[in-house]
Amino acid sequence: MSKRCAIIGVGQTHHAAVRKDLSISGVVREAALRALEDAGMDWRDIEAVVVGKAPDIIEGVMMPELFLAEALGCVGKPMFRVHTAGSVGGSTALVAAHLVQAGIHKRVLTVAFEKQSESDTTWAITPNIPFQPPLVAGAGGYFAPIIRSYIERSKAPADIGIRVAVKDRKNALRNPYAHLHLEDVSMEMVENSPMLWDPIRYLECCPSSDGACAMVLSDEKGGDAAPKPPAWVHASAMRSEPTMFPGRNQINPRAGRECAAALYKQAGIDDPRKDFDVAEIYIPFSWYEPMWMENLGFAEENQGWKMTEEGATAFDGDMPVNCSGGVLSSNPIGA
Amino acid sequence: MSEAVKKIVTPISIEYTITPGAAPTKFLRGIKEGRLLGQRCPKCSKVYLPPRGSCTVCAVPTVEEVEVSDQGTVTTFCVVNIPFYGQVQEIPYVCAAVVLDGADLPCFGVVQEIAVEEVRMGLRVQAVWVAPEERGYTLENIKYFKPSGQADAPFESYREHL
Repeated sequence: MSKRCAIIGVGQTHHAAVRKDLSISGVVREAALRALEDAGMDWRDIEAVVVGKAPDIIEGVMMPELFLAEALGCVGKPMFRVHTAGSVGGSTALVAAHLVQAGIHKRVLTVAFEKQSESDTTWAITPNIPFQPPLVAGAGGYFAPIIRSYIERSKAPADIGIRVAVKDRKNALRNPYAHLHLEDVSMEMVENSPMLWDPIRYLECCPSSDGACAMVLSDEKGGDAAPKPPAWVHASAMRSEPTMFPGRNQINPRAGRECAAALYKQAGIDDPRKDFDVAEIYIPFSWYEPMWMENLGFAEENQGWKMTEEGATAFDGDMPVNCSGGVLSSNPIGA
Repeated sequence: MSEAVKKIVTPISIEYTITPGAAPTKFLRGIKEGRLLGQRCPKCSKVYLPPRGSCTVCAVPTVEEVEVSDQGTVTTFCVVNIPFYGQVQEIPYVCAAVVLDGADLPCFGVVQEIAVEEVRMGLRVQAVWVAPEERGYTLENIKYFKPSGQADAPFESYREHL
């Protein structure tokens, strides 16, 4: 039986295309200090640090966790680096929570970051696959054909992606930390933005951000004694699947469906749409909102777009998604 | 007062020497001759192209060699309009997932000899090869795919390749 884990402090940087005022050390430190302050703690209270970021080639610095040890106050303390590419923000928090749930550490600081302005991300993630020329241009080139398949299969109206893009940018206006604050965002503005990877428009894409986020995790005793009401970790799950195999359902991947099912079982959730009040989900391109609504069990297959169209996922809907503005408004990849 | 140095540019590159292994070696020898050699899984009968020597789903070695057609169906695609460092194609271009007749996995390729706005899911295409004397051990031997002139494939026929 695992031990309980509480989230007693959270912090994030102000996200921007370029944080010229800060080095990588400065970015992680800004988030970490805000999380410590929120938890009413200082560096001495922390037993171990878990740090995550996406592939090293994005900043061109191999194993940056080594030089971040001092900035994160973990000289003489255990430090772990987590690396699961784009999903690393979630994975980093999972590893940190497991250290508490396993009873190994009582108070763990977990930080995830990306400083995309340090290099050229599209170049870094455009795979030069052996034996063939580089054709798939960046993340959009990978996701656009899958989105086209979803639109064809679900018969969704063409404006669903535009609606999600507007909704998440409007949500971001309430979030002082968000990278994008598009005061005058509208359906027309998104629709008229350039088609980068048809069917994905410029304003249906996530931005490229510098930023970090951090959490202080604690055991049950520390959670009960925390100065602010803690959030308790009720369940965690992780799944993955191979990139290429015959019959792979890329629109509604099996790994996502099974991960959600395992998570809900642990937490005792029968009907996610009824049982959840709010969700923050990785939606890097607007069309992924309806796709993930289906994948995560909030809607039946090919029906997820109706939640967007009916306003269910809006700030005042019955299942608000990405009230922070989400990845469409702030995208320090690893965080 | 001297200017503060806030950023310097230091280009990096990585060169790989690939050791392909038994199954990809056969594939690469085949493609130099203008042939597409895949492998069939003894359990689920699916054909891998390029072959990897095993079936990812059934976790068994694949041995039986299968020659795959150089004609196929566009299952899905995107129109790339964004310039990026290292790009080899002129924009806009169509990057398509093509499932070749006889294979059970799509491969990526460029579709040409058709207007960008006319490319569609289900379009039947045919590989255009580079001249035999210019071929190497690479998929770049296929310059691009062009419409084969056949009727579009119905959605149900490539549904499971999306």
